Amino acid sequence: MQTARVAKVANESSKVKTIELDTRLVCEPGQFLMVWVPGVGERPMSIANNDPLTISVANVGKVSSELHRLKPGSLLSFRGPLGKGFRVQDGWKCILLVGGGYGVAPLYFLAKMATSNNIETLAVVGARTAKDIVYEDKLYLVTAETFVTTDDGSKGAKGNVMVDVGRLLIDKKRKPAAVFACGPERMMLAVARLCLKHEIPCQLSLERYMKCGLGVCGSCDLGGKSVCRDGPVFDALDALAIKEFGEWKRDASGARNRI
Amino acid sequence: MTFIMVEMEIQMVIMPLDISRKLFGKRMKNPLILASGVLGVAKAGLESVAENGAGAVTTKSLSLEPRRGHESPVIIETECGLLNAVGYSNPGIEGVISEFTGWKRDEPLIVSIVGKDEKEFAQLAARLEQNKKTLNCTAIELALSCPHTPGYGVMAGQADPKAAEKITRAVRSETRLPIIAKLSPSVPGEVEAAKLAERAGASAINMGNSLGPGMRIDINRGRPVLGFRMGGMSGPAIRPIAVRCVYDIYDAVNIPVIGTGGVNTGQDAIEMMMAGASFAGVGSAVYFRGPGAFRKIEGEMRAWMKERGYKRLDDLVGVAHE
Ligand SMILES: Cc1cc2nc3c(=O)[nH]c(=O)nc-3n(C[C@H](O)[C@H](O)[C@H](O)COP(=O)(O)OP(=O)(O)OC[C@H]3O[C@@H](n4cnc5c(N)ncnc54)[C@H](O)[C@@H]3O)c2cc1C
Ligand SMILES: Cc1cc2nc3c(=O)[nH]c(=O)nc-3n(C[C@H](O)[C@H](O)[C@H](O)COP(=O)(O)O)c2cc1C
Repeated sequence: MQTARVAKVANESSKVKTIELDTRLVCEPGQFLMVWVPGVGERPMSIANNDPLTISVANVGKVSSELHRLKPGSLLSFRGPLGKGFRVQDGWKCILLVGGGYGVAPLYFLAKMATSNNIETLAVVGARTAKDIVYEDKLYLVTAETFVTTDDGSKGAKGNVMVDVGRLLIDKKRKPAAVFACGPERMMLAVARLCLKHEIPCQLSLERYMKCGLGVCGSCDLGGKSVCRDGPVFDALDALAIKEFGEWKRDASGARNRI
Repeated sequence: MTFIMVEMEIQMVIMPLDISRKLFGKRMKNPLILASGVLGVAKAGLESVAENGAGAVTTKSLSLEPRRGHESPVIIETECGLLNAVGYSNPGIEGVISEFTGWKRDEPLIVSIVGKDEKEFAQLAARLEQNKKTLNCTAIELALSCPHTPGYGVMAGQADPKAAEKITRAVRSETRLPIIAKLSPSVPGEVEAAKLAERAGASAINMGNSLGPGMRIDINRGRPVLGFRMGGMSGPAIRPIAVRCVYDIYDAVNIPVIGTGGVNTGQDAIEMMMAGASFAGVGSAVYFRGPGAFRKIEGEMRAWMKERGYKRLDDLVGVAHE
């Protein structure tokens, strides 16, 4: 367990806050931390930046609401980096990132690394409505182009991310060599299927209920793999081969629920 | 005399090294059993542990009603071990039956159960008895010994000799499945508990559960790390205690003993067998050595036995008593 101080807190949207720490971490985009609030609980959070170490947190319950109360100077404790991150192959000239909700945060870290390695990076960010969009401004700075879609058409193209993804996958001038997705599982399922159809390699960052983060307790089982240790990033072909991908998740007790 | 000598020589030369085992009549490719609570939430998880080399597998312990378990952190690493307080999270007996129905692999499936008292244990056993064909389970394990869950195991006195006997007897009256009584290395009277469990109808003893409870405090925050504050110790740090308990129980009972606690290498498994275990339970090694732990442990056992001319596991079991 490591402890650092909060350096900065910023509102990303009505629900999401970004918390910057006064430390950095050697880690890869797609890896995550187990973030601990003593006396409250510990939850998995994607790494949104390595230097300074940053997380972006949606306020959805017990631990995340405590994280939203942190101020500059507050202490934050965490274990990590954990899991396996995104893999970028030498020779890829252009990649496409597809994100929804707080899933955009780890993609920002990936975009930053890819761009600094001279890989042209495109991003599509989806949200329900304009005020829910996160990381748009930051992505503009580290990508060649960023597209926004909203369900209600209040910003960017109207509809879900697939509107733009479908168009970009068949773009003759700069067809992406690979696609990276993180967000709601139904969205990732649609992206994975389309990439399969176009024979474009695709990696997904998946989410399951995690407890230990060490590949021991079995809570985050996905078709015999531990998402915390074998993932959270999976090759889309491997994910599509797992029956429960896009279908159901387990809760804290291990019971299955439809997604 | 010459004849015997010749036969022994032939054995030495042509008899292949055999580390297979029978668990209540079912073949195991090796004596290694996945301990309860490690990767045992999902059927697919147990299938992949079996695929990765376990001789038999055990489910996460299940209760009558669903349980969310303790708040996270539920596991923290410590010197040569893990400290855990998962708190028996499970979807309840009906959820577990639907999860594990149709176990198809050859490796035996052991279903672990926990109850607040002998009545709950008996109810769970009755449900498993009704579903044993579709579940295809080989045995029921009674987790009498978790050191960190109020109302269950050590915190409810279930690993004490009299309680272990009472619970085992109640389960025996509900099922014909073999019963494994899983005892605690933390509770005095473990030898007596093993004897009484055998008398009440247990078919094997598993010694044992995690040790403790223990605690780790994060000094930067001045708070216990685990959500439940305290938890059970497992891994190499507890092996000498588990080995001693197995050694004493081996002398006291006539049923097989599963030696669990800190088995991390093939040499550790052999040490357990020399103490008197017929099988070795393996849990934390999945963390320390990764999902390939069982293959590695089996390989090390084979190499060690081959180098010293051992052909069968029974030549090792209990030798430390001679
Ligand atoms: C690899 C990974 C990376 C993640 N990255 C981020 C991130 O960058 N930003 C972010 O805001 N969230 C992220 N999450 C989700 C986040 O961990 C939790 O969903 C959330 O913080 C809930 O905690 P809570 O105590 O506030 O909610 P609770 O009050 O516990 O419950 C609210 C809901 O959150 C979900 N949830 C709760 N605990 C977990 C858990 N341990 N694992 C998965 N889902 C849970 C449940 O569906 C529950 O219904 C990530 C999850 C995973 C698995
Ligand atoms: C994360 C974790 C969860 C466990 N859950 C259970 C459980 O549900 N039921 C049980 O009988 N034992 C449980 N145990 C104890 C193990 O089955 C085993 O007895 C103990 O860890 C010692 O073996 P080891 O050193 O090989 O891990 C658990 C252990 C760990 C580490």
